[in-house]
Order: sequence, then C-alpha cells, then structure tokens
Amino acid sequence: MTNAIEAHDLRKTFGGEVRALDGVSFAVEEGTIFGLLGPNGAGKTTAVRILTTILSPDGGTGQVLGYDVVTQADQVRTLIGLAGQYAAVDENLTGRENLTMVGRLNHLDRPFVAQRAVELLEQFGLTDAGDRPLKTYSGGMRRRLDVAAALVARPKVLFLDEPTSGLDPQSRVDLWAMIEHLVEQGTSVLLTTQYLEEADTLADQIAVVDHGRVIAEGTPTQLKADLGATVLDVGLADAQLANRAAEVLGSVGTKSPTVSGTVVELPVDDGPRVAMEVLRLLDQHALVPTTFRIREPSLDDVFLALTGKRAEADEDDATKTPTDGKRRGRRRARAGAGTTSEGGQR
Amino acid sequence: MSTAATAITPGAELARAVGPATPHGADRLRWAVADTLTITKRNLIAYTRIPESLFFSTLQPIMFVLLFRYVFGGAINPGLDLSYIDFLMAGIFVQSVGFGGIGTAVGLSEDLQKGLIERFRALPMARSAVLAGRTTADLVRNVFVLLLMTGVGALVGFNFPNGALGFIAACALVLLFAYALLWGFAVIGLVASNSETAQVMAFPILFPLIFASPAFVQVSQMPGWLRGFANNQPIGVVITAERALMLGSRHVPGSATGHVVVALAWSVGLLVVFAPLAVWRYRRST
Repeated sequence: MTNAIEAHDLRKTFGGEVRALDGVSFAVEEGTIFGLLGPNGAGKTTAVRILTTILSPDGGTGQVLGYDVVTQADQVRTLIGLAGQYAAVDENLTGRENLTMVGRLNHLDRPFVAQRAVELLEQFGLTDAGDRPLKTYSGGMRRRLDVAAALVARPKVLFLDEPTSGLDPQSRVDLWAMIEHLVEQGTSVLLTTQYLEEADTLADQIAVVDHGRVIAEGTPTQLKADLGATVLDVGLADAQLANRAAEVLGSVGTKSPTVSGTVVELPVDDGPRVAMEVLRLLDQHALVPTTFRIREPSLDDVFLALTGKRAEADEDDATKTPTDGKRRGRRRARAGAGTTSEGGQR
Repeated sequence: MSTAATAITPGAELARAVGPATPHGADRLRWAVADTLTITKRNLIAYTRIPESLFFSTLQPIMFVLLFRYVFGGAINPGLDLSYIDFLMAGIFVQSVGFGGIGTAVGLSEDLQKGLIERFRALPMARSAVLAGRTTADLVRNVFVLLLMTGVGALVGFNFPNGALGFIAACALVLLFAYALLWGFAVIGLVASNSETAQVMAFPILFPLIFASPAFVQVSQMPGWLRGFANNQPIGVVITAERALMLGSRHVPGSATGHVVVALAWSVGLLVVFAPLAVWRYRRST
C-alpha cells in the first residue's frame, strides 16, 4: 500500500552550520493524522517545507502518495494542501478573493472555485466576513481562512504546520474539530505542533523530534504507556522537602522520579498499590505531602522524559523507544484511528 | 487509490482543471499566462486597498508636477525656445515610474516575509508568475499614473509640442523602460531581508540617477564632471529620447532616431539582465 507521506533519512543543513534535519524518517498512512511533535527549532517546519516541495533536502528522499518531492514536485503540488504557522494569506484581499486566487493558481476552473469558496467560507464560519478584507479579521479568523485556502483544491494530503499556535483555546478546539472532520472524509494529515495536548487529541501516530532527529515514535497511548501506566504527583511544602522525598522514593516507581517545583512526579505501573508504599515511605521519613494525586501520564511527561536532562542521562531509553514505537505503529490497524485504547495491548 | 481517499463529501469530484497534472508545451505556457494574470489581479486589488500606495501612485506625482511647474519652474530656463512645463513632463514621467518602482521592491519583500510566497511555492502554479504578475501589475499602475499626469500636465499648460503620436510614442518608451526597471526593483526586493531594507537599498540607487539627469534642468547647466554621467546614464538617455519624441527634434539637439535607439537598447538590455536575475534569485531563495 502507498503511504500518504514517506520521509527517508531527510537531512538539511542551513548555512553550513545549523543542522535542521539530521536524518528524519517517518511514514504517514493514508487517512490518518500524523503528529510531528517537538519544541521550536526541532526541525518540524523544515521537514514540512521539504515534503511540500518548497525546500530541497541535502540528503534523503520524501514521497507524497508515491511521488518524489524533488523529481516529481509538479505532481506532488497537485496533491497537497499547506497551511503554515504564519497565516499565508493576503491581507489586502477579502476572504473570498483569497480562496479564489488559490483555487485559480491550482488551475481549477472558475465555477468550481466560486462554489468551493462559498462552501469553505460556510464550513469555517466565515460567510459573513467573506467579502471583507483580511485586515479586518481576528487572528483566529485568519488562521481559519489559511486552513480553508489549503483545502480549496481538495488535497488528498494536508500539511498543517503549527496550525493553532497563537490561537485562543476556543479557536483551537474549533480548528481541531475541523481537522478531525477532514480526516473522516479521507484526507491524510501531517500536523506539526509544540502542543502535547494537540498531538494527543488529534494524532493517530506521533513522532517526537528534537534537534533534527526523531527521538520517539508511536501512538499517543504507546508513548504514554512507555512511561508507566500511571503517574503519582506528590506535593510537598517546599522544594527542599520535595527533593528529599524524591530521594526517598527513588526506587519505588518504574523510573526515577522528577521534581518540578514542590511536586514530585513518579511514574508507576500500579498506581493504587504503589501509592500505599509511597505514603508509608514518606511517613517513615517524617515527610508530609500537601497534595497527592494519581493520574494518567500526559505527553508532557513523555516529552520531559525524552528531551529533558533525564533523557540524556538515560540514553538507553531514548534510543530504544523509536524503533520500538515504529514497529508497533506499523502493525496498527488503520481503522480505529486515534482514540482507541491501545494501552491494553501491552 | 485507496478507499479512504475517494470517500469525500458529495459534489466533490475533483474539478482538477484540464489535462494532466504536469502540462507540457502550449498548456504550460497557457497556465503560465493564466497564473501571471491571477497574481496581477491580486496585486492590483491590493493597490486599491492600501491608502499609502494610492497616495504614492497618484497624489505624489501630481504634487511634483505642481511643485516644479509653479515653485521651481520660474527659476529654471530650459532654453531652446521651450516653456518649462513642456520641458518638465518627460522628466517627471521617468521620476514617477522610477520612485513608483520602489513599491515593487517593497511589495515583493513583504510577500516573502509574510509567508504568502511559501504557499505559492507549494502550489502547482508557474514559478515565473509571482514575479511576472508583480511587474505586470506595476506596469498597469504606471499606465494609470502616466494618464493621470498627462491630464494634470495638460491642465497646467503642457501643450503636446510634437502632437499626439509623438507623445504616445514617448509614453510607450517610458513604459518599456519602467518595465525593465521593475525587474531591477524585483531583484532588490528578493535580495533584501525585509521591506525596510528594500526601501533603503532602492532609494540611494534611484536618487542620483533621477536627479543627476536632464529630468529637471538642462545638463549644460551642471558642472562639467557631472555632464557626462547625466547625459549617458540610462535615465538620462531615456529622458532625452522621450523629449525627442514628445517635443520634436527642433527642441532636442542631435538625431531623434539616435536618441530613441540608445534608449531602447538600454531598456531591452536592462530587461535582459534583470528579468533572468530576478527569476534565478526567486528560485534560489527559500
């Protein structure tokens, strides 16, 4: 089966020194959302620019629906839509004029483009604003129009580069719903984001990138499961006490605890049972928790574990996880995208 | 194709225009023209919606006509049996299209900054259309500016000494030269890191070319060391040729045909250098 997107060992260095991509590989199955998750400067945007034919890689290859992004760029461009982190729309044109322009530049005929503009303005809640110049739009409206512009030609593969950065929470949730709707209709999506919650909510498969490399890959559930099934948050009165508590609890969890502020975060595999042991240990050392919480791990925990200092100290884990995740990811059924509970398989 | 990819909403048969995904030959050319027109239209719409650009395109040239006609004009005697307004028009035309070209550089670098061109690069459109559309739109703007200034010039006393045909020929020459110049400004817009830099780069190049020229005074009134430059630099050459066409050879020493040939050669030469340079730079810039 042809994947929607394939990246093989993509490499790109800017100005001979900044290594933006250092051998990035991943595959996006058709009809799924793939999340590239990473901090600023991790290389996400560079990967998107290469795969959308804007930039040539220094090494490696990329394919969209089997077409090479360098040698068959023309074909690729007819299949993709791109919405960037900086809303790539024309301020001076109205919403409708922007959509029409993009449609015409996609070589679609006028009646189709006109009808499509009406549909998209409606779909993105911009009908009333459709004939106003974009200068009068809010940030959220602009971003919606940007995504709408990426959809004019009904692309089979959609690239969304940090589509919700800088949006207010409500606009973000609205945009998420629209993206999910598109995927239901069969579009494949490559999404880059710095927001763990966003990747968790939307993506079927996630690759965590840092310093131009994929450092972990899997479903959100798998990534969270790699850390342990549960996290115990133990709050102490001050940071010093928290550090002492972390020492005391050093070997109780599946991994060593981390301290953020006055809270000790402890990944464990059997929350309630370990909780009893934790409380007993704290009591023995005369440490009194101010807060105590058993929760599901967030992708923040994964990210900290993978990219934070601990990940470097614990290198085994960081290098083992990607291959591991990839193997499992490939085996995964296409149908139950995203929200299935895969934790149970482990 | 997979089932997923075809399960799109009703009425969604892809009207992906005509022909194969990668057009060849005549199709390719047809799309390049269509894309250029689309971008041209986009830029022209923008001009009508940016008050500053309307000001620089219309009010500013008119104010210069009035300034030179009524404020400086009394102090300048062009000689050769000419009224100053007749002498002035050729100069003010080139000045307007020249300074107007700064807008081309600024607009292009703004586009590059804002990420709109990123989107264009990911579209199956002709690569040349972004630049060709920009320069075509600015050429249309120049036509509009020349018409406007002709009207204002006529109101303040310009009386077409060499008749309508000579005047139209002069305008055509200015427009050709302006078009070549626009590609030069496009290069500046592509090289500059932002729109402010584009402006800062364009202005010092343009300023001496426009003012150290026969635009507003006869070159014979300049110091000797400046005359050679003023007469032979491209803007000077074009202004002399324009005068030969719109005033008649009676008012312009030398062969009218000779002036026009040199001006045409400069215009075509600049176009042949700047257009490929701009396209090359556009393809390279990321």
